[in-house]
Amino acid sequence: MSIETKSGTGRPQTTGRTRGLALSAVRGLALALISLPGAVICFCLTVVSVALIPIGVGIVTTSWVLTGVRAFADWRRLLAAEWGGVRIPRAYRPLPEGANPWARTFGMLRDPATWRDVLWLPVDMTAGFVSALLAFALVFYPLEGFVIAAGLWRAWDDTYWYGFVPVTGQITALYAAALGAALLVAAVRLSPLALKAHFRLTGALLGSGQGELAERVRVLTETRRDAVDTSAAELRRIERDLHDGAQARLVAVGMDLGTIEALLEKNPAKARELLAQTRQSSADALTELRELVRGIHPPVLAERGLGDAVRALALRLPIAVEVEVDLPGRADAPVESAAYFAVSETLTNAVKHSGADRIWVDMHYTEGRLRVCVTDNGKGGAVVGAGSGLAGLERRLGTFDGVLAVSSPAGGPTMVTMEIPCALS
Amino acid sequence: MRVVLAEDLFLLRDGLVRLLEAHDFEIAAAVETGPELSRALAELEPDVAVVDVRLPPTLTDEGLQCALQARRDRPGLPVLVLSQHVEQLYARELLADGSGGVGYLLKDRVFDAEQFIDAVRRVASGGTAMDPQVIQQLLSRRAAEDRPLERLTPRELEVLELMAQGRTNAAIAGKLVVTERAIAKHTANIFAKLSLEVSDDDNRRVLAVLAYLDRGR
Repeated sequence: MSIETKSGTGRPQTTGRTRGLALSAVRGLALALISLPGAVICFCLTVVSVALIPIGVGIVTTSWVLTGVRAFADWRRLLAAEWGGVRIPRAYRPLPEGANPWARTFGMLRDPATWRDVLWLPVDMTAGFVSALLAFALVFYPLEGFVIAAGLWRAWDDTYWYGFVPVTGQITALYAAALGAALLVAAVRLSPLALKAHFRLTGALLGSGQGELAERVRVLTETRRDAVDTSAAELRRIERDLHDGAQARLVAVGMDLGTIEALLEKNPAKARELLAQTRQSSADALTELRELVRGIHPPVLAERGLGDAVRALALRLPIAVEVEVDLPGRADAPVESAAYFAVSETLTNAVKHSGADRIWVDMHYTEGRLRVCVTDNGKGGAVVGAGSGLAGLERRLGTFDGVLAVSSPAGGPTMVTMEIPCALS
Repeated sequence: MRVVLAEDLFLLRDGLVRLLEAHDFEIAAAVETGPELSRALAELEPDVAVVDVRLPPTLTDEGLQCALQARRDRPGLPVLVLSQHVEQLYARELLADGSGGVGYLLKDRVFDAEQFIDAVRRVASGGTAMDPQVIQQLLSRRAAEDRPLERLTPRELEVLELMAQGRTNAAIAGKLVVTERAIAKHTANIFAKLSLEVSDDDNRRVLAVLAYLDRGR
């Protein structure tokens, strides 16, 4: 049985290896081509811009340049995660909204993460470049050996050194091919290793190590403040709504009942009229309370959990919404509530601004994360920026270490993805 | 007519008992939890059950689940579900078996005792009573994407809305202060414009309209 299994998997294993090797070579080449010019440009611009701060120009340009450096570093973080499985945490301090260039520049310069970026650039353009190129060369060089043996050796009049083999004729060219084959066998292991080393190097310099804990504390402090602010504002809103709405209506109902009592003997017709009005008042109070409750914690969420709550929400929207749910259990109530309101706000945004006539919601749970995707076929152009609802959403998800990503090219479609780490029960 | 009532809040349960008894209903049992309700429905075989969606011990949709289960065990068992909020999602689940004898109303509707009692009677006799809010949501949603609905006159839309709530021609005529013949003409027009199969049976007619409004979702 075990032999059968082995012979059965032999071929896929070989093709898998070949593909892995080709992939690491291509990725190595891509990284080498990205890292050298990218890092050189970023580094030079940073140095020049910082040097220009004393004469004033740098104050404006530095924040732009550093934003560019961050984008470059973010891109490399993404590649490290997708290609090498190396997760490099992003730990920039958030800048105050609407800050002037002065505050932006110095806010960024005070951030240790900025200096980690700047230190990483020279390493990336040297060691990073070499390690990436190595991943490519380890595959490419053996191939050159084969091509020489196949006839390329004729192109040179003099001795051509392939590695330590001097190629002068067909025989020596075959030696070169043999060396190439040996190198290729080694490359199967070494090329992915070189690529991994490249990502580890990036991670070691861009990741914050010891500072990570301090950073975490800072992020937690910040998100906690946001959470407290938000819930205090919510409570104020609820208080105001109750005070001006249901409470006032109940006072009116009580008052009317008093009047009705007095009128009952003298003017029954008038009393009956007032009675109808009183009933309407109490019905209105109930409607208001119902809306308020929906805003605090939707009843379906309490009764059925996130999936059905979003389905029920979708049924109330004027646009066709397809809801796909794959959740093996229920998350904690606060997480469910946060996710629900995040989806609700995203859907409201889509209905109001996107001009879409179809929306898709996809919710599933993988690797300890609740992931929600809301896609519409509208006109796109949504941004996470100052004043947009999406920025507030991002802050509120932050309380749960959740993240928000928005892809919304002009012309659409818009895709909003939210991820919240949580456990299901 | 024998009623099983399930409501966990004492004040409301007491009020409902008094209201129903005042209108010559016999209260077979007035219970406050889901398991009690299941037992009462199985043992007492009532003519109609009036059930709150949210019941102990879980305080989730226990009442609704009990009602759905009871209808699976005894198809066509008339059930009127009451709730503080109405959801199309729940309405759809209740209507799913297509056998009628279903009601789904906001608790506020008990304010108008006459209409509420009418709804209980209608459900007990195999009819339908859908909350106006559910119907309005369905209609407004449908109106955005439905051509045939646009061809209805405002009066026909009004009739459609009342019909979807489960009212008979006579009741609709009373509400709109016109003759029953006029309503019969409106309903015939509506069915023709929406290309629905005409049926003399009131209940089948209501279910057809509800299915039409909820189609393609």
